[in-house]
Amino acid sequence: MPAASNSECAIEVRNLDAHYGERQILKNISLDIRPGEIMVIMGGSGSGKSTLLRHLLGLNTPTRGSITLLGKDITKSSEQEIFELRKKMGVAFQGGALFGSMTVEENVVLPLYEHTELDENTMRIMGRMKLEVVNLAGFEHLRPSDLSGGMIKRTALARAIVMDPRLLFFDEPSAGLDPVAAVELDELILRLRQVMNITIVVVTHELESAFKIADRITVLDQGVILMTDTVEAVRNSDNPRIQSLLNRLPRDDAIDADEYMERLTGI
Amino acid sequence: MSNAAQNPALRPAIRFVENVGRKTVSAIEEFGYVFSMLGESFYWLIFGHRQQQPVRLRSVFAEAMSIGVHAIPIITIITLAIGIMMAIQGIQTLKTFGAESKVIVGIAIAITREFAPLIVSIMVAGRSGSAITARIGTMLESQEIDALRVIGINPVRYITAPLLLAMMLCIPALTILGDFMGLLGGGLYSIIELKITLPIYFERCAAVLSWNDISQGLIKSLVFAAIIVLVSVSNGFQVRGGAEGVGRATTRSVVMSLTFIVIADMVFTYFLNFA
Repeated sequence: MPAASNSECAIEVRNLDAHYGERQILKNISLDIRPGEIMVIMGGSGSGKSTLLRHLLGLNTPTRGSITLLGKDITKSSEQEIFELRKKMGVAFQGGALFGSMTVEENVVLPLYEHTELDENTMRIMGRMKLEVVNLAGFEHLRPSDLSGGMIKRTALARAIVMDPRLLFFDEPSAGLDPVAAVELDELILRLRQVMNITIVVVTHELESAFKIADRITVLDQGVILMTDTVEAVRNSDNPRIQSLLNRLPRDDAIDADEYMERLTGI
Repeated sequence: MSNAAQNPALRPAIRFVENVGRKTVSAIEEFGYVFSMLGESFYWLIFGHRQQQPVRLRSVFAEAMSIGVHAIPIITIITLAIGIMMAIQGIQTLKTFGAESKVIVGIAIAITREFAPLIVSIMVAGRSGSAITARIGTMLESQEIDALRVIGINPVRYITAPLLLAMMLCIPALTILGDFMGLLGGGLYSIIELKITLPIYFERCAAVLSWNDISQGLIKSLVFAAIIVLVSVSNGFQVRGGAEGVGRATTRSVVMSLTFIVIADMVFTYFLNFA
């Protein structure tokens, strides 16, 4: 693994604006993620965290701003450059996004099959090694439909790390899991960072999980970054919106009477 | 908003114009999308290897199995039945002129030029076209398409290109099967009614048929194959709104495929015969 200097960011987002149709989802987002750290992007539903992730993955094109992954600005790169970059990225989606027509093992080795010239036995061994890492040895011949929620997420993780990526993205690792499975997955993420020294970006709304795994946390609210800081600093922040997120208080937005009428009547 | 838009009396009219405009734009957009996908599929089929992103023969064969090989029984039965039906109708009609024996001309030409490619394509559109749309729509909803893209697998190369190649191999092959089965069906009825033997029937068929009749059917079948793939794939990629969306896209895909197949058939029949 090439040693990246600390001054250089693994991920650098500058002045990012994003829209769905005419609705602005992300407003002037700037964010640095250092090599080897676990950055948790946290926020409530509709905060724009999933949209931010989709932009970091190059699945959506921003309206404005730049996203630099491992020194390459993906908003300006060619298809071929992004193709090369994607070999160094791993993504575990919220629902796993495993291919239903393939077995667990075929799912995990798919990136190897597509990007390397290794022979099938080598690929199978590498796939099994990764399944071993996520504690799924022995399940390689099952189909995704036969797996539990936690196993699906761990398979997705195995597929994400099979190419030994330098960047790992994890969308809602603990969503839909029972507390024990969620904790196990958190442990797994921490262990992965320790063993493989990769930069990990986790998007979640689970506080407990965020506090446990994060080096730093970015709090996103209504498309704006409220703060990016260490776990301790986020906990002690006196920003009312962050506090309401931490203490699970409902939002108490002041209602503008005119705007409210306008919304209801549609005029 | 302009003043006209605020006038309540004019609102329906303006909304109508707006809708026509939007529909037109989205139809043009869809056409562009479909044709760029066709181009991109051929690009991957031809240059994929050079880009180290080849279209895998394994997936072409897998698709060909489900599109083609598994359709053999149903195509056999249906084209055989159509052949028999045509012989019955033809002999009944021609009897009035005392020209029953001319039925072979009708069967041979109609089957090879028209019915075999059309019936095969309709069957495949219903069987595989709908399945392709549903599969891609489900993959889209479960983020599998996103997963492909972030792994660095181009969905057009991975899904569309193998389907296109498989379809363009299978539909002509099934058409040849349909040609034979249709003629056989016609023959089975004719030998009873016309009191001839099957070898004589086929001999007469061969005398009637020229290479042009068969190639016409095959050229059309290639066009139909492309239509089925492009329509069903593009509908699959446009699925929105969960299970219901998948259902709606599947219906739309089959209806569109059949419509385009019949219209293309008409156009190509004209040009292949007169132009």
